[in-house]
Amino acid sequence: MISVEAKKRKDACMTRIFVAGAAFAVILLIAFVLYVVIDGVSGMTGKMLSFGPQGLGNMFFNTIYLVFLALVASTITGIPAGIFLAEYAKKGRLTHWVRMAVETLASLPSIVVGLFGYLVFIVMTGSQWNLFAGALAVSILTLPLVTSVTEDALRNLPSSYRNGSLGLGASHWQTIWRVLLPACFPRIMTGLIMAAGRGFGEAAALMFTAGMSTDINWTNWDITSTSCPLNPFRPGETLALNIWALRTEALQVDAAQQAAASSAILMIMVLSFSLAARYLSYRIDKKMGGNK
Amino acid sequence: MKAIDTVVRKAHRNEKAARTFITICGIGMALVPLLIGAFLFIKGTDTFFTFGHSVTEFLFSGQWKPSDTAEGGGQVGAAMFLTGSLVTCALALLISLPFSMASSIYMTEIATPQRRRLIQPAIELFTGIPSVVYGFVGMTVLIPALRKLFPMPFGFSVLAAGIVLAIMIFPTITTMAADAMAAVPKSWREASYGLGATRWETIAHVVLPAAKSGIFTGIILGLARALGEALAVAMVIGQMKVFPTSLFLPASTLTTAISADMGGAMEGGEYNAALWTMALVLFLLSFLFIFIIHQINAASELKGGRN
Amino acid sequence: MAEMTKTLTGFAAAEIEKKQGAVRAQEQAVAQEAAGTAEYTFDVTDMDLFYGDFQALNSISMKIKKHEITALIGPSGCGKSTFLKTLNRMNDWVEGCRVTGKILFEGKDIFKEVDPLALRYRVGMVFQQPTPFPKSIYENIAYGPRIQGIKDKKKLDEIVEKSLRQAACWDEMKDRLQKSALGLSGGQQQRLCIARTLAADPSVILMDEPTSALDPISTQKIEDLALELKENYTIVIVTHSMQQARRISDKTAFFLLGELIEFNNTLDMFTNPSNPKTEEYITGRFG
Repeated sequence: MISVEAKKRKDACMTRIFVAGAAFAVILLIAFVLYVVIDGVSGMTGKMLSFGPQGLGNMFFNTIYLVFLALVASTITGIPAGIFLAEYAKKGRLTHWVRMAVETLASLPSIVVGLFGYLVFIVMTGSQWNLFAGALAVSILTLPLVTSVTEDALRNLPSSYRNGSLGLGASHWQTIWRVLLPACFPRIMTGLIMAAGRGFGEAAALMFTAGMSTDINWTNWDITSTSCPLNPFRPGETLALNIWALRTEALQVDAAQQAAASSAILMIMVLSFSLAARYLSYRIDKKMGGNK
Repeated sequence: MKAIDTVVRKAHRNEKAARTFITICGIGMALVPLLIGAFLFIKGTDTFFTFGHSVTEFLFSGQWKPSDTAEGGGQVGAAMFLTGSLVTCALALLISLPFSMASSIYMTEIATPQRRRLIQPAIELFTGIPSVVYGFVGMTVLIPALRKLFPMPFGFSVLAAGIVLAIMIFPTITTMAADAMAAVPKSWREASYGLGATRWETIAHVVLPAAKSGIFTGIILGLARALGEALAVAMVIGQMKVFPTSLFLPASTLTTAISADMGGAMEGGEYNAALWTMALVLFLLSFLFIFIIHQINAASELKGGRN
Repeated sequence: MAEMTKTLTGFAAAEIEKKQGAVRAQEQAVAQEAAGTAEYTFDVTDMDLFYGDFQALNSISMKIKKHEITALIGPSGCGKSTFLKTLNRMNDWVEGCRVTGKILFEGKDIFKEVDPLALRYRVGMVFQQPTPFPKSIYENIAYGPRIQGIKDKKKLDEIVEKSLRQAACWDEMKDRLQKSALGLSGGQQQRLCIARTLAADPSVILMDEPTSALDPISTQKIEDLALELKENYTIVIVTHSMQQARRISDKTAFFLLGELIEFNNTLDMFTNPSNPKTEEYITGRFG
């Protein structure tokens, strides 16, 4: 028989261990963010932030543009796929397979996806490294997220929306299109913002697809020209790729500061997007909760 | 009446069109990983079929001298990369797991609800931080620090890779474990306290066993992430093509080898093929992880555990 | 199509008859019965319903009369809701649900001669929980007409106003048509749903325990509404409350374990039930 005293002592001891472990981890993470942001921001210069060949502006633009294209691509395939899983798929082998595919896709190493993108979008089409190929590679990575967010959003809707619409003689598709999708629009938006946050930081999938150079002429608006900012078929180095390139190749004198600044910008972008997504879903939950 | 007839017919027509489109998208989605697998298989098996190497050589030999030509004739033993990957992952898990468990237990069992509401989203935010940023901080902060603390020549080392990966997978494991523990019914805990158990006894004998499958799922997901991570590891491991013999020396992993050499290897050459084979191994491993997670979940459902 | 048009004119005719006096109306009804169609909105013959292997309804035959309120009562799980949902084929959406037998709606077999969507245009449904969409009040009401292809804004406006007036909601909702329907109280939401059903221009309204989620005052309003609507619509209502069945229905059907035990005039059924099981149930000995 263990004495009550010993039990209590052990309990207190374990509690202290857990608190210490958690505190250490949280402090480390916070220090990490602060370090990246402060280190990056303090080393920033005006030149670095410019949209010229020396600045990060072009890469910033490339990052946004690439993620935008990627999201468009994964939206037009991912949302229908999510609708399929939530609404049209019957229980059975096929559905099981699709679900398994979503999970596999979600856990694929991004470098594998990058290689696949390189093979299919670059080698097989015989093209140069380009933004569009990079966007497609990233869209493969964000596809499972968009799909599962759509599916969950549809599944979590109250069944009364469905019943009310079907009872009025709407077809299944009319119900989905006119009632269910509008109702889960905010949730899908939240998912897209989350996906964007993930896309910003992606580098491994872009190494062999989007290319490691960028050459934008901001006065050139001829979409077919390779220096037009909006031409997706031009090489487009992103911020994340830039960090990778600077650290391993270090061609420039201020490489360290540039990488630090890129990290800080990237970190701020990712965190603000995740926070925005969280805030949005918090608002939705609150709104939904108030009406049940 | 005629109007109604037209409307109904149109509704049915749209229904059919929409259903077809949606189903195609759904099945198309399922084809993407299949397609990726198929391409990796075609490219990756060149090593064995075109260049005549055996699977045993690839997996277990340490001789890595693939020739960068279409004729082949080199040696493609990738064992050092495989062990490099496994060792760094294991190390990452070893470092990360105690902190993950402590944090998730703290969040679900010890912290006040308000504090939990603050900490858990904060930790979840870290799952989204780009891996290159982890790698960058690893290079600028961790490497010099390690060089000072330990007797190591470069700082770039297996240990550094393990630490960076540990920080990367910490949020994944912690969130999954915390969710699993939070899903354990409150009444079970109350029953345990009611029998005079202390908090630690309740955690050890009630909460952890009940949340086991969720925690394992989190660990596997973390492992999958660590195994697939390329750039953050490449930035701190030193990329030396040797077996990971010491924690303090550089080594290579599957992903770092691919990211370093794929750009330079000739399309259609033996070197290129060997790198594709490594990608195939990565693909198969991540498939294996998913399979394991399914097995865990199926087992826990059979036992009628948490649901 | 031609036949359906005939039925419609039949309705219109019956409407006029009503105003011309009860005697003539009765004559007309007799004549129509001879013709074999329009007096009964639904004519169910020998209907069985299965969920997979489980038989939920067993050989139901029942004629539901036009412009009457028919109440379906019975203990939970007796199949009354299932029966109701078969009348506008809402059960089609339930996986593994199978129906055999024949159901005529206005003389036509709903499984063979009527499109399920068109059937639901004519046979509206009000659910146990209010089912407002997360849209404005206006858009909620306009949903049915829009589904039926009405795009003209003016016409939609008219329909919205008319339906809200019919459902006795116009005065309290006319100033907030563009506000979300989710902001209404439970009772208002349920009346909104009735208005939404009316806007789709049905001839029948099925109500599945429409007041079970509501407070007594809202319940009272819905019951009054049902009695008013009876003038122009056939109403079938599933209810848990025998008092409610007694208060508003003309006919009552008692279901037990998937069988129709007794179907009779409400007054007769509650004062003098012919089946001992019915008596046991309505006197509260079980259920």
